[in-house]
Amino acid sequence: MTDFESTSPAESCGTEKINRSGTTAAKEYPLPPSVTGTLDTAAGPVPQLATRLDWRDRMGMIRVRWGIGRMNYAIRPGLYAVGQPGRDSEVLVTANYRMTFDLLRSALKGLDVWILVLDTRGINVWCAAGKGTFGTDELVSKIRDCDLASVTDRRRLILPQLGAPGVAAHRVRELSGLRVVYGPIEARDIPAFLAANLKTTPGMRVKSFPIRERASLIPMELVPSLKYGAVIAAVLTILSGFLGRGTFASDALHAGLVATMSLGLAVVAGAVVVPLLLPYLPGRAFSLKGMWTGLAAASGLAAAPFPSGITLSGLELTAWFLLIPALSSFLGLNFTGSSTYTSLSGVRREMRVAVPLQAGASAVGLAVWIMAILLPGGGAL
Amino acid sequence: MAYLIDVVSLQLSEERCTGCGMCAIVCPHRVMVLTNGRAAISDRDACMECGACARNCPEEAITVQAGVGCAQALINTALGRSSVTCCSMENGRDEDADCSPPARSGSGCC
Repeated sequence: MTDFESTSPAESCGTEKINRSGTTAAKEYPLPPSVTGTLDTAAGPVPQLATRLDWRDRMGMIRVRWGIGRMNYAIRPGLYAVGQPGRDSEVLVTANYRMTFDLLRSALKGLDVWILVLDTRGINVWCAAGKGTFGTDELVSKIRDCDLASVTDRRRLILPQLGAPGVAAHRVRELSGLRVVYGPIEARDIPAFLAANLKTTPGMRVKSFPIRERASLIPMELVPSLKYGAVIAAVLTILSGFLGRGTFASDALHAGLVATMSLGLAVVAGAVVVPLLLPYLPGRAFSLKGMWTGLAAASGLAAAPFPSGITLSGLELTAWFLLIPALSSFLGLNFTGSSTYTSLSGVRREMRVAVPLQAGASAVGLAVWIMAILLPGGGAL
Repeated sequence: MAYLIDVVSLQLSEERCTGCGMCAIVCPHRVMVLTNGRAAISDRDACMECGACARNCPEEAITVQAGVGCAQALINTALGRSSVTCCSMENGRDEDADCSPPARSGSGCC
């Protein structure tokens, strides 16, 4: 292994000593495990990357998709080499979120290119561009710190199109002299883009939201919802044991089974079915889509196979017909943040209508649920 | 897929436009197009207010209230939780704010 302790620009550009406010020390990010060697350049040795994803990369992707260690999946910013890039090779710019980085390098099989990784604090390109960390200032300072001019004669950089919310191409040119070329949205289109002399096809420029992508987001919707669902189910179980007219155990068992089933249905309706069926559910508002799946789930509750001896009273069913759609609608609304086409103004408008309705339905639903416990016979209608 | 209609804040000043075409290049939803050498808004309801066009317009001919269309971010802001794990509306200006990654499969909110 090469000594990465020296102070040549290509090595030290990845580790900012102080941030722009000049106070706190920036995090030290690890070199990615995909580094296989080094390439000597006028700016010092540059880490060279494998383009193949190994099982650890793939496990890592699955892991962060489930939200495990997701905020700690960053790699060292700076300059990297794919293949044997030289002075006439293109420079691709990306973020230091390892999944983004891995997807990029895996799309570059057989190519000789430079990769300039910006410090986005382990956040993907689009999100970081929205926050401004994948931005003009960071790009310009990385160009300078990595001494890009002594590595390549190319006077241009290729940026992912989704980096554009954070980067002003004309400002980068003013500040660094380099031209920004916005490449395709998806890394997998880069070989075709390079082969076509930096021309994109119209399809490369449009952000779609296919079912594969929607499905891959489900775990991050599901895990937090299940946690909250479990807490609510536990509270309702205990409450029912104390308030009910029967023994603590029998009331708690009944309420626990029904609440677990109901909340499970609501979570599946809002956090799984909404993402999967997004384009097919009626209405434009995500909360409305979630309400439909919630109503379907509540209908499912009536037909749910409970053990004998557990029957739902009319009041209880009414309560859940309010609670399940309210919760599912809220989870549907939350999926706006993961979608690729919702606007801030739109979400704001949707929430002004949806959140009071969701809260109202939940409050009424809860009141009816308590009535069902307190009334003799479970409020049989 | 289409979101709510008649709500986005996108504005184009045709007089300022010089027809460089950057907005049409960066727009991920074909909202901005180039017709007869000038930028035009072709499908404003498809705009997600990402702000790419405005940021990359050298003539400042485009204005949009850029932000992330994310309910959780708005809730966090309303609750004053700007430093929690997920993002909030203030994060755009907060240097040290953490925004969790990639919904938007390699992009996305928070």
